[in-house]
Order: sequence, then structure tokens, then C-alpha cells
Amino acid sequence: MGTNDIDPDTGTAPRFVSRGFTGRARRPRSARLPPGQYDVGSGFPVLSAGPTPNTHLSRWDFTVQGQVDRVRHYSWADFRALPREPVEVDIHCVTSWSKFDTRWEGVSVDTLLGDVESGAEYALAFSDGGYTTNLPLADITGGRAWVVDTYDGAPLRPEHGGPARLLVPHLYFWKSAKWVRGLVLGEVEELGFWERFGYHRYGDPWRQQRYAGD
Amino acid sequence: MSTPPNPPDRRLDINAAAGPLAELFAVDLTLATVQCDGCSNTTDLARYDVYADGPGLVIRCQGCDHVVLRYSTAGGRLRLDMTGTRLLVIPGG
Repeated sequence: MGTNDIDPDTGTAPRFVSRGFTGRARRPRSARLPPGQYDVGSGFPVLSAGPTPNTHLSRWDFTVQGQVDRVRHYSWADFRALPREPVEVDIHCVTSWSKFDTRWEGVSVDTLLGDVESGAEYALAFSDGGYTTNLPLADITGGRAWVVDTYDGAPLRPEHGGPARLLVPHLYFWKSAKWVRGLVLGEVEELGFWERFGYHRYGDPWRQQRYAGD
Repeated sequence: MSTPPNPPDRRLDINAAAGPLAELFAVDLTLATVQCDGCSNTTDLARYDVYADGPGLVIRCQGCDHVVLRYSTAGGRLRLDMTGTRLLVIPGG
């Protein structure tokens, strides 16, 4: 076999390559399950804190605003024309379910931020319906976060956050805001919807940071 | 397993909140009247929508979708957020 690009299980070149994920897929599942979590298997629970928005794509845009040199707007057509990446990751919900090997496609937040000049350290993601969640900018840059519009090869369904949601797989899934419409960058961390309700401001599943003070 | 492409919203009626809220309130909150801080609408709590499957119970105004109440007992701690309720009126007393 001579090349590292051949999958030893299938004898074929992998079609799916994920940044920052190489090799992790072969770890045993038990080692990929954070403490206090269970494997939900093939299910994909829908958790909603409000009505499912119904924004027509002609009215959809993605905005980078706040402490920036210039506000960036992407229409749906602009967004779809950006370089896209497949992403295969495990996701972990604070309500204790985890789901392995979820397959998404979308645009890296690095790409959306592009040449934005900002001294900000934090971002507040905001969504249709008023949902918000706060994240350190360092956690959504460097190939660690995406705005995804495709799940398992199909357009992302509205109940899972379509037309587009944030995907930040290394944090609890409430950080992966459904129906995301933009980011507000700032020097000060402004807390989001669940964080203001006492949920952890960072939300690392491996440290079980579910609630403030954890 | 097939999911309809556009499933209905996951809203429930106030009965879904009655049991959990009874852990905190000694009176039956489902009989209360709530003034929404978002749109000033004043109506029976029974006429608000409940979303119960997220990290916390969320009660929203049917008129403006404003969150009037959030409640959770997760993690062995009880949390109540009523910043969206301007006035709560409970009959009796």
C-alpha cells in the first residue's frame, strides 16, 4: 500500500477529510465520550427554545459587526460562493447526549472573518428568533468553527438550524447556534441566551462546564 | 424513520409547565395572569407557549415571542428567570 492516503479498512482513499480531526475517528468510541454523556446513536434530538424561524433565503444574510473596521454582509448567494469545507465531528449536547461522526459542510468562520481588522477577543453569535451565544474569538477561528448549511449531504433542515447554523464542535452544542445570522465582535464578553440563565460561559464538554461555576 | 420536511413548531401548552413550576411555587401558576415585558400584553399564563425540550423550560408570549419565564432544575439547582415578566398576578391569596 504505500501511501498514507489509503484507508486501511476500505483500501480506498478517504473521501472525507476533516481539519483537526485526522486520526481521531479511529479512537474507540468510549474514549470519545466526554464525562456525563451518552451515545445517542443514530438519533438526532431536536431541542428548541422557541418557534422555528422561517426566513426566506432572499432575506437571509450573515453579518460580521461590532468592533470591526468595516461591517461585512454576506447575502445567501455571497455565502454560497465562499470556499466550502466538509467537516466530520462528534457533537456533545449539554442535556447529556453525544453524537459521533456527524457530517456537515459549510464555510469556515476564518473565511467569513476574512480580512476583518479587530482587536476584539469575544464574539456574540446571533440568530433569527433572538437566540444568542457567546464565544471567545479564539475558539471560532483557527479552523475550529464553521457556518454550515449541509448535514449528511442534504440541505440542513429547519429544525436542526437550517438554512445555516454555527458549528463549534469542541464546545457544548448550545454554542452551535441554530439559524445563525451573524457575529458581534467585542472586547467584553456579553453573555448569550443560556449563559445569562446560568449556563457556563465557555462550555467545554470535557471539563463538564455545564453551569456557571462548574 | 421519516421526519416531515417542515415539522410544526415544538411549542406546548401551559400544562407542560405546571408540574415543574409546582416544585417552586406553592400556588398554581397556571391560573396566573402575566404581563409580557416585550409587548405589554396582559393575559392568562395559560395563553403563553411552552418550549420544554431545551436546557431549560421556556415560556414565550404568543403575541411577540418574547421570553417571559425560564425555569430549570438541571444540575441539582433550581433556576428561575422572570426578567421578561413585567407583572405576575395570581388570584386568591
